Amino acid sequence: MLASLSRGQRKALQGYLYTSPWTVGLVVFVIGPMVASLYLSFTSYSITSQPRFVGIQNYIYMLTGDELFWGSVLKTLYFAGGVVLVGLTGSLACALLLNTGLRGSAFYRTAFFIPSLTPIVALALIWAWVLQPRYGVVNGALAELGMAGPGWLTDPAWAIPGLLLMNLWGTIGGSRMVIFLAGLQGVPQELYDAAHVDGASGWQRFWAVTLPMLSPTIFFNLVLGIIGGLKVFAAAYVTTDGGPAYATWFYLIHLFTQAFRFLEMGYASALAWFFFAVVLALTLIQFGISRRWVYYEGER
Amino acid sequence: MSTASAARSIGVRTSIVRRRPPLLRHLLAGLRAVAALVLAAAFLAPFAWSVLSSLKAGHEIFTFPPSWLPEVARWGNYPAVWRQVPFGRFAANTTIVTAVAVLGEVVSSTLVAYGFARFRFPGRGVLFTAVVATLVLPGEITLIPRFIMFKALGWLDTFLPLTVPFYFGSAFFIFLMRQFFLSLPIELDEAAELDGANGFQTLTSVLVPLMKPALATVAIFSFLSHWNEFLNPLIFLRSTEKFTLALGLRFFQQAAETGGEPREPYLMAASLMVTLPCIVLFFSAQRYFVRGVVMSGMKY
Repeated sequence: MLASLSRGQRKALQGYLYTSPWTVGLVVFVIGPMVASLYLSFTSYSITSQPRFVGIQNYIYMLTGDELFWGSVLKTLYFAGGVVLVGLTGSLACALLLNTGLRGSAFYRTAFFIPSLTPIVALALIWAWVLQPRYGVVNGALAELGMAGPGWLTDPAWAIPGLLLMNLWGTIGGSRMVIFLAGLQGVPQELYDAAHVDGASGWQRFWAVTLPMLSPTIFFNLVLGIIGGLKVFAAAYVTTDGGPAYATWFYLIHLFTQAFRFLEMGYASALAWFFFAVVLALTLIQFGISRRWVYYEGER
Repeated sequence: MSTASAARSIGVRTSIVRRRPPLLRHLLAGLRAVAALVLAAAFLAPFAWSVLSSLKAGHEIFTFPPSWLPEVARWGNYPAVWRQVPFGRFAANTTIVTAVAVLGEVVSSTLVAYGFARFRFPGRGVLFTAVVATLVLPGEITLIPRFIMFKALGWLDTFLPLTVPFYFGSAFFIFLMRQFFLSLPIELDEAAELDGANGFQTLTSVLVPLMKPALATVAIFSFLSHWNEFLNPLIFLRSTEKFTLALGLRFFQQAAETGGEPREPYLMAASLMVTLPCIVLFFSAQRYFVRGVVMSGMKY
């Protein structure tokens, strides 16, 4: 039967065959569950009983009745904003530093990178101890300098900054920095030479050559950085568990609590869909804006 | 030849280029070196602090101001962890889950990427767009339906939810492997076909041997993601004897029996033991790391 097929048809058949695991997985583990969670988001469902259709009640409750919802949204945005602003700038600054022909840059690159290898739970436990308000090393160092360190992770005002510090340590020198480094090394030297001849200062060369040439890399890191920041969960779950006084009650902590502590699977599905909508919207907006500032070589 | 070097080679005076005075140049180089040192110290200090803390006795932990060095290095804290919690069991579980998942993920992603890279078939574009879209899709959106599905299948508290889904390929690795396939000349496939090899033989005997570095890269990143995974085991595993290291650390933090002594030295020892394999892997395969990260940052 196969022999009666043309070469092109046989090729196509093989293409379907090789990609079939992905196609099946896409339906069973992505599209199917997404449809199911959309349906569940319009029901009241606690696993033990049948889902009961409640219309848009979950969404109404989410937006108007749930006292923790908007707070969790704001805290998550605060965290993601910090990750993106400080993290992206920090990674870029580290990459620039490593790219200046610094002596021993291979050592420094490794030293910056190693924290990003720490498994998230280990990282959280190590940092809970590093930031321990009285016996931790950060406040110990501050005390040496005559300053009283804050109650990291235990004072509502300092809990998110503490988690940010933890996150930044684990990500600044990681893949984001390595991607920036590769981007920097991809900037043609001729452009710098030409700018130099034109009398551009180092600062001007940075703004007029480095940043535009790096903009696709910045864009890539920005999109993934925002998504990563919004998904903050494990570090907070392990160290503060949403506290103190709900100070680190991030969106996914809220979702997890509703789904797996209260078994409000219907309501949690609504929360999941709202999360998805926000991530999708932010990503699309960024792709829209990117046309104005991201420079792709060979494109006009 | 670049403009500047051309100017130099024909003897044009390049004094139009503003050169920094040597003193300022040295000062800047010095500042960069200091910045790199300070940063490296900041990245490595938390490790040093946790290593030294892991060697302390209970009574040395709560001293103010905190001291860095233990009185004597108590290496016995490390084996003690194995007695306080079933650490060996956790390590064995993590090894099994990681090995099985990595194998499935690497093999299936390679097959699927091969299908995308080398065969033309109707719907390929749409299907590949789904791969890229899944890259930025937060997995949390499908968490609840997956939980319900695995519960219905009787898979809760088994390793199946942590391994089986990865036998259908992962978007990130399919994307990476496809890039690698595309970098290999199609003439290789054509020559193999002329020699009478079928598609599968071409893959296994011609292409795969050329892709060992790519496979190593994917295997490393797959290893790290499964070794470090927290949310999925947290939701799908129940009984302590099934726990992975990530969950075990969390369990240890909450429930370890240390005979009334402070837990911190043991917690640090446990966290470091969970981190160690990742760091060893990094040092033994550094070049694959950089390659993989750089590939993932390529614009698409």
